[in-house]
Amino acid sequence: MTLAISMLDILLLGDWNTRVVVIGTAMLGIAAGVVGTFLVLRKRALLGDTVSHAMLPGVVAAFLVIQAFGGGGKSLIGLLIGAAIAGTAAAWAIPVLRRSTGLKDDAIMGIVLGGGFGLGIALLGVAQSLPGGNQAGLESFIYGRTASMVQADAIVIGVTAFITLIIAAVIGKEFRLLCFDESFGRAIGRREGLLDMGLMLLAVAVTVVGLQAVGLILVIALLIIPAVAARFWTDNFVRMVILAGVIGAVACWIGSSISAMAPKLPAGSIIVLTLTALFAISLVCGTKRGALQRLVRSVGLRARTGRQHLLRSVAEVMELNSTSTWSAKDILPMRSWSHARVRALHRAGLRRGDIRRDGSEFELTAAGRVAADRVLRNHRLWELFLIRHADIAASHVDRDADFVEHILGEDLVIDLERTLAGEPDTHQSPHPLRSGA
Amino acid sequence: MEASTRPEGIARGEEHDPTAALSIHDLTVAYDRRPVLWDVDLDVPAGCLSAIVGPNGAGKSTLIKACLDLLPRVSGDVRMFGLPWRQVRNRVAYVPQRETVDWDFPVSALDVVAMGTYGRLGWLRPVGKKQKRAAMEALERVDLVEYAHRQISQLSGGQQQRVFLARALVQDADLYLMDEPFASVDAATERAIVEVLQTLRAEGSTLVVVHHDLQTVAEYFEHVILLNMRVVASGPMDSTLTADNLRDTYGGRLTLLEKAATALGQLAQPK
Repeated sequence: MTLAISMLDILLLGDWNTRVVVIGTAMLGIAAGVVGTFLVLRKRALLGDTVSHAMLPGVVAAFLVIQAFGGGGKSLIGLLIGAAIAGTAAAWAIPVLRRSTGLKDDAIMGIVLGGGFGLGIALLGVAQSLPGGNQAGLESFIYGRTASMVQADAIVIGVTAFITLIIAAVIGKEFRLLCFDESFGRAIGRREGLLDMGLMLLAVAVTVVGLQAVGLILVIALLIIPAVAARFWTDNFVRMVILAGVIGAVACWIGSSISAMAPKLPAGSIIVLTLTALFAISLVCGTKRGALQRLVRSVGLRARTGRQHLLRSVAEVMELNSTSTWSAKDILPMRSWSHARVRALHRAGLRRGDIRRDGSEFELTAAGRVAADRVLRNHRLWELFLIRHADIAASHVDRDADFVEHILGEDLVIDLERTLAGEPDTHQSPHPLRSGA
Repeated sequence: MEASTRPEGIARGEEHDPTAALSIHDLTVAYDRRPVLWDVDLDVPAGCLSAIVGPNGAGKSTLIKACLDLLPRVSGDVRMFGLPWRQVRNRVAYVPQRETVDWDFPVSALDVVAMGTYGRLGWLRPVGKKQKRAAMEALERVDLVEYAHRQISQLSGGQQQRVFLARALVQDADLYLMDEPFASVDAATERAIVEVLQTLRAEGSTLVVVHHDLQTVAEYFEHVILLNMRVVASGPMDSTLTADNLRDTYGGRLTLLEKAATALGQLAQPK
């Protein structure tokens, strides 16, 4: 009971501190989702990881500099400026190293990430050996410390998110061109270096403000997962960008709420786990390429194909034997089907009302008769089309047609029929092309 | 088509025709110090349908890319309508090879074709109704209107190729540079594409097309550039596509000589 109340209280932002943290991380989620979509589509997903790891030496160096000049060492803005400088340097070093060494991107990112993070850890050791307790808390940049977020932090995140969204809205179409077809972009005079630089700066900005919230190790998840999850729901670029922002925001909202209820759980990891759960849901349920939807489609196609094959085999058997009934063993030699498959197809036919059983024999119902004629006619239309129009040897046509006719739409069939009506049927079919449409 | 004034197959940099749609002077392109194109020197007269022909690795795509500054040049100068590419880029359209992009990308055929309007739109203006209408008209010219809203991975290879062609049509250019538009398309699509190319030429555009099929080159094109790391010959089809030039381009490989014989047979037929 109390748990339910506190959950509601937190989700509805009753408590001031929670409100700051939840809104702050949600805005971070939006910005990271949007920028991450561009990174993923540009196939630079790991750029964010490289940049964030390389920020550690920047943070610690900034701390040491501030300390040396007698500052408290805790100036957050100062530390973030250090992070931004180091992140930008890392992002800039990647294309420079690629051009000058000819190494591949993944290897270069590994070098920059490892070198940068190693340097950061070493500097951290130096900082920690200094007298005084000011350096405590520098590690929070590694794993993040969401709960310590204050209003000023949330405002910084909010402003960053807002600017990111404005930039995305204005030059989103250029990013789309860059991500889809870089060389065409260059051929119409776009400078892809400039656009890549802009994208990289956006990534650095989001990473810097995300450092405090989720830490430099997990910030990559905020960039990549929303975009990849969104792809399962849409085939449209703009919708994918928006959806990724929404997914990022929702995950941050839920994650930071949960961690507010259970303060022992670090918020960064809860946020990332929530994101991972949203990704898993998208993977299974996504309406564009989710696993369930693909399964339903392939089962549907298999059933449709099976029905058409059965009807055609039946029609051919009846034509051959000049009968109106058949038994399962007549059908068996027509195709490379097992007994079980033939029985299953007949059961499906009975269920659909295409056929009815009469002892061990089967016969077509009136509806099944019409359907079988149609299937046979479509099949022969296709054969004719392939023979006449696609320069394919007649001996190869049959198998091919078996698969193609299931993809053939009704309009195209009618069109074909019209085109081919004047031509003689190579089968001397008892079902002339004009009948049964 | 007017015959070129200079002798075929002889590259002489000083005598470029200022009215040529594409004029390449002394172009050398290298990948990692290994030159792929040596001293390319040629003119493509305005208003003609020109094929770039040569064996694999001859540098056909490289030539087109170097013209558009997509690859760095070691040396050389490229002019389009007498001007450097940067100054005429809104009059030049490019059709890249189909394999160069990821067809899983979340865009529709219409979205891709609308990218052809970006050159005139600039960075900041969004795609509006006018641009969408132009894209739709281009899709109509390549007979893909009913596929406009399909995600591009749901199109067949030939349809994808026609989407790229439509994107170039939207650019409404005077010079079209096309990299293997006939690669892995079926016979019907090939005929449809050829028709579009011939219409463009009839409207006064110049087309330079990388083509890999020696059997159809004489039928589809009227000007030819025979390329094998250097320009073996360039000029009007009937005086340039000779058995000697083909042997110089492809080496003495027998199967290719056979193709050449077919091509020459087609040439011999009265037009």
